[in-house]
Amino acid sequence: MAKHPALAITDLSFSYGKKQVLHDLSLIVEEGQCCILLGPNGAGKSTLFSLITRLYAHKQGDIQLAGFNIQKRPLKALAQLGVVFQQTTLDLDLTVQQNLRYHAALQGISSKKANLGIQEQLERLGMYERRKEVVRQLNGGHRRRVEIARALMHKPSVLLLDEPTVGLDAPSRQAIVDHVHQLVEDGSLAVLWATHLMDEIYASDKVVLIHHGSVKAEGGVTDIIQQAQADNINDAFFKLTQGKS
Amino acid sequence: MRIFHYWFALWGIVSRELLRFVKQKERFLSALVRPVIWLFVFAAGFRAALGIAIIPPYETYILYEVYITPGLIGMIQLFNGMQSSLSMVYDREMGSMRILLVSPLPRWYLLLSKLFAGVFVSILQVYVFLGIAWFYEIQAPLEGYLWLLPALMLSGLMLGALGLLLSSFIKQLENFAGVMNFVIFPMFFMSTALYPLWKLQESSEWLYKLAEYNPFSQAVEFLRFALYGQFNQQAFIYTAVAFALFLILAIIGYNPSKGMMKRKGR
Repeated sequence: MAKHPALAITDLSFSYGKKQVLHDLSLIVEEGQCCILLGPNGAGKSTLFSLITRLYAHKQGDIQLAGFNIQKRPLKALAQLGVVFQQTTLDLDLTVQQNLRYHAALQGISSKKANLGIQEQLERLGMYERRKEVVRQLNGGHRRRVEIARALMHKPSVLLLDEPTVGLDAPSRQAIVDHVHQLVEDGSLAVLWATHLMDEIYASDKVVLIHHGSVKAEGGVTDIIQQAQADNINDAFFKLTQGKS
Repeated sequence: MRIFHYWFALWGIVSRELLRFVKQKERFLSALVRPVIWLFVFAAGFRAALGIAIIPPYETYILYEVYITPGLIGMIQLFNGMQSSLSMVYDREMGSMRILLVSPLPRWYLLLSKLFAGVFVSILQVYVFLGIAWFYEIQAPLEGYLWLLPALMLSGLMLGALGLLLSSFIKQLENFAGVMNFVIFPMFFMSTALYPLWKLQESSEWLYKLAEYNPFSQAVEFLRFALYGQFNQQAFIYTAVAFALFLILAIIGYNPSKGMMKRKGR
């Protein structure tokens, strides 16, 4: 039996009332691949994430996570997902450890396994020593690290990151970009990373450029540059998204 | 094992609610101060103004403080239900609700677990309040405190489900003030929490009807009878049906393809 892609989206359309925000959007992220979803603000990235996470329901198109259809088998599909939303979703009054334990419980992880998972994930991100600190005391970069640790605790096959570095200083951003790419290199995790910041893209990444809710270009970084007949990815992004509506 | 997953999730949601409650001491204090002030100040002031006849479940003439105690228990749960609803609107605006909703468990179960967590907290508040009332010599039969527990579960679930339903319709925190004016106050004042039905009927027939059909009245009567070791079947059925109705509507409200989410997008 052929192996399913980690994430497969086919002909997805979605509208808010009469305003259509996604038009027949298709994309595939394979196991062990980091896919950068590039697009200006308002391109439909966050809406796409809300559909993949089933916060909104779609009527046209299809979303599959590791072969599980998000609408027909939502629980199996959601179990494959780790998510870092654009807005922080940590409980600021609880400690790092309490936040992670809460997530582990929601994912059906026993407290013994949760403690091991917390240690493993926080150590990878250099946050284990700070596990007893209240989240409110952490800076933005550290909060993001905790959210990434949380998203990985249940060993998902797909990690969704919705502009996770917004508002962070340069070193914190770099640390997160490097860490996520390292995760992809280390194992079979598939990553879908929404951003509009070019310096977060590695040469090995797959890039899907969306604008006004549809895919304008996709492929490796060099493919995108060639498709746009540009000199670099910045230039390509500009050419493919400016002056068109 | 799927069953363990359900159990871990319920435990996780309840312990998070408890942790938040313990950390927000002012929330606990205000939840307690409100009924205590009503008991010590309002009830004491109105003691002379309002005569209470002998009505079931009471077997003798009672003081007004004794009469309004079950109403104040209901008040604790009503405010708690609305507080949970407020925190859900806040969680949704701030994003932490998303972590709950993207968990691989049925949405109805997640919402029900959230309800249980809120009810658990409200029950703690109620028993602390009853402890204070005990020293104020408002004392029910001992077994009444035991019978009260399942009644508190049901009334808490009903009021919590109402809060949940409201939270599925409220888009922004600012709109929550409307809930206070249009839900909490009318529900509380047009009920048997502060005055018995016959007293209301004396002054206004339509007020009497509104109070009779108010689910909060029924919950209060269920609690009142339970506190005196008696089972009020009508109030039980009414409260249970109201709970089921509010819960179903709330689940529809939170369904991505039917309720609130549908209105957000297609």
